[in-house]
Amino acid sequence: MHDAGKVILGLGIFLALVTFPIWFTVATGNYGYTPELQMPEGYTQCVESKEYMTSWHMDLLDQWRDEVVREGKRYYVSKTYGDKHEMSLTKNCMKCHNDKAQFCDKCHNYLGVEPYCWDCHIEPEGN
Amino acid sequence: MDDSRRNFLKVAGCSLLGAAWGVPIVRAVSKSFTTEAAPEALRAKQWAMVVDLKSCERDDIRAAAAEACHREHNVPSIKDVEDEVKWIWSEDYAHTFPTEMHTYTDVALRKKPVLVLCNHCERPPCVRVCPTQATWRRADGIVMMDMHRCIGCRYCMVACPYGSRSFNFKEPWSTEERKKLSSDFPTRCKGVVEKCNFCAERLALGKPPACVEAVRQLPDAEEALVFGDLGDSSSQVSMLLRTRHGIRRKPNLGTGPQVYYLV
Repeated sequence: MHDAGKVILGLGIFLALVTFPIWFTVATGNYGYTPELQMPEGYTQCVESKEYMTSWHMDLLDQWRDEVVREGKRYYVSKTYGDKHEMSLTKNCMKCHNDKAQFCDKCHNYLGVEPYCWDCHIEPEGN
Repeated sequence: MDDSRRNFLKVAGCSLLGAAWGVPIVRAVSKSFTTEAAPEALRAKQWAMVVDLKSCERDDIRAAAAEACHREHNVPSIKDVEDEVKWIWSEDYAHTFPTEMHTYTDVALRKKPVLVLCNHCERPPCVRVCPTQATWRRADGIVMMDMHRCIGCRYCMVACPYGSRSFNFKEPWSTEERKKLSSDFPTRCKGVVEKCNFCAERLALGKPPACVEAVRQLPDAEEALVFGDLGDSSSQVSMLLRTRHGIRRKPNLGTGPQVYYLV
């Protein structure tokens, strides 16, 4: 081994760069950070339970999209609460969660998810 | 295991049958949610529009229809004809009804404006060519567009003999313009095709198409644009087509247009 020093140094730099996201987060004190969402004022529950919405809202929105556009249906019957809701992103979801930056974007930015809803759907004026 | 042809066919047949039953069962089980149409939704066997050609000559009627539609659906007004997007607009008689023309057709008639829109054909060629089923004919006759599914291949634009489809060659709105739009109806992004949808979103909530509603409010324009169900013989559209002479655009192509023009 002639260049052991250089190789080890190179490996060290490589590891430092690769683990950058981890130690940078720890160093800036953001380790363990998760986005906190505020409850919309005046409402106590969503269309389904909080846990369901957190995990499955994207599937729910896809189902709503297909039901409205392709089946001509307009109302969704909640599996949890049994009440009816208009299936509309802007007319329903965004009526309560009226600030996209404080609601959608908070988690999506954190996770690096870029849904294309807002390419066409027009966000409410809360922003 | 007996590997005779007879046994192979038996197993293959049973598997096919199982799969054929399995698909609908799996679908029914996996769809674990309930949805409903709005009780006030308007329904029909075959939606159709009847346009009075004489009333069409009035500028205010054509303008009101286009204005209401384009506002309702956030359709941009792009000046450059190469990029323009339109759902309902004016075309001259000669180009609208080439099959109704002959050498001696009066020049004045040739130039008369006609209000044109998607014909919501009974046998829509756009639907036949769409590779993703982004456009399809609903049971009530509306030829719908699903912008979510459109991949922008523009086969439908080539197939449509009426030029009823527009492609978004660029982002339809600037950021500033976009902020002023109504948020109830989505706009479009660059790269999708769009067209008149007979106001399916309004029908679903019990309202007539925006153009019909706007034109009706003008003086003496009660029957300029009439929308209704041709499957119902007592509807106003059925009555009009029985009592007056109605023509359609390029009927020789066999597309079965559902927009009728009263001569």
